[in-house]
Amino acid sequence: MPATTDIPSLARLIEPGMQIALPVDYAGVSMAMTHALIARGAGDLDLVCVPTGGLQADMLIGAGLVRSVETSAMTLGEAGGAPCFNRAVRDGSIILRDSTCPAIHAGLTAAQKGAPFSAMRGLIGTDVLRHRPDWCVIDNPFGPGGDPVVLVPAIQPDVAIFHAAMADRAGNVWIGRRRELATMAYAARRTIVTAERVIDGDLFETEIMAAGTLPALYVDAIGIAPKGAWPYGLWGEYPADTGELLRYAGSAKTDAGFAAYLAETGAAAP
Amino acid sequence: MKPATPRETLITTIARLLGGVHHVAVGASSPIPAAGAMLLRAMKEAAGAPRVRISILGSVKHNFFTNGSVELFDCAGQGRIDAFFLSGGQIDGQGNVNLVGVGDYPQTKVRWPGSFGAAYLYFVVPRVILFREDHTPRIFVDKVDFVSAPGTSPEGVYRSGGPHALLTGLGLFDFDASRPGFRLRSIHPGHDLAEITDATGFAFAHDAAPAATPPPDAATLALLRGRVLDELSETYPDFAAQLQRETSEDA
Repeated sequence: MPATTDIPSLARLIEPGMQIALPVDYAGVSMAMTHALIARGAGDLDLVCVPTGGLQADMLIGAGLVRSVETSAMTLGEAGGAPCFNRAVRDGSIILRDSTCPAIHAGLTAAQKGAPFSAMRGLIGTDVLRHRPDWCVIDNPFGPGGDPVVLVPAIQPDVAIFHAAMADRAGNVWIGRRRELATMAYAARRTIVTAERVIDGDLFETEIMAAGTLPALYVDAIGIAPKGAWPYGLWGEYPADTGELLRYAGSAKTDAGFAAYLAETGAAAP
Repeated sequence: MKPATPRETLITTIARLLGGVHHVAVGASSPIPAAGAMLLRAMKEAAGAPRVRISILGSVKHNFFTNGSVELFDCAGQGRIDAFFLSGGQIDGQGNVNLVGVGDYPQTKVRWPGSFGAAYLYFVVPRVILFREDHTPRIFVDKVDFVSAPGTSPEGVYRSGGPHALLTGLGLFDFDASRPGFRLRSIHPGHDLAEITDATGFAFAHDAAPAATPPPDAATLALLRGRVLDELSETYPDFAAQLQRETSEDA
């Protein structure tokens, strides 16, 4: 694990056509990486939202960098629908892989275990399943017969990107009880983390901190980004800036408004 | 004390629908269901009844999960969650729910956020309460354009859960999986059967003169306006403040 990396250099780790896993809005979204990814301009990205997407995915879609989205939902929460996503759906300019929350987790968990797929309940008879030719249904091989179950293939993203409160100098990252961040890192080939701060101590020093620590084994690069989830909040650190999310929702209603928002906020980004 | 507002009657109705549950989970952006679950917990405590666990997504204080966002689904899959709430952009007379959009998928004319966990939770949570405050024929349709989650499943499909009731701003319906279909149980104060029939795009069963939804009694209202509003304001500060304003004695 190298020393910390500046944000634009982290973004240069992303190549066109990569599959990128991004966390749900409350779990630690690295908004600090969003402008850097847009400046980097690596396109044809396949996004995996774990398990739902919001502002970051919407901005990457608006910037024209996204080829497909696998997600169980796309929303700005109280600020309403995701405007660039909704436009892209209407125009047919992105491939949709509509999913359901536990199916995303199931796919990542399969990759975490090095298994080819996971089996799950639910889904039978839904249009979600009908539109996923990459999933399949088999009869429970351990049952007396019948009992259809859905198999979802492993999701092994090229890169997982998230934001956390702290890392130590050895590259360990404290994720607390946001265990989906660990699942993303276990499943992905590489993991890029931005952190509020890097501490001098060792996150494994006490059992209390170690229990919430993602080992450096799964972390490939770390950047320092104070308030790096803004305008999203970060658990235990700061709340979401709902006013800014509403401002984005209003601005991004049109392509021109989105471009203006991007120019204005990008100028202030690292 | 001021009489109950329509929203207070909805919250109280939700607490009633949850009677007997041990663990209820509430999804994101659901202040009225969250308030109903908190009211149930407060009422059980006041009565000295066994504790009700509630898991409010988006809350820090009223959420005891420590295994990330997957824990809700793992918990539900094992039958550890007795009740949950779903809404829908469209809900039809067979209890099918559409959270994806209007028109032909994938290029839907109107796109909603997506199915979230509905395509799973509807199958495995025994008491799913469908809740949508607005009640219009565009929402309550004869047939949904996209099935995020089906109201019923054919025999042989694993199904330990499904719709229990449908609550809207106009009335309360029970779901009968054997028909399948809804039956109007009660009409909220200030509304009538003709209004509900006009606002509903599917046929439903009902008595000739359906009952009225009972409003909360004074003790329930006091819990709701006191402890429940306090608890709710952590996750839904704007909504809690609005409820407070509606019922403030000097308003």
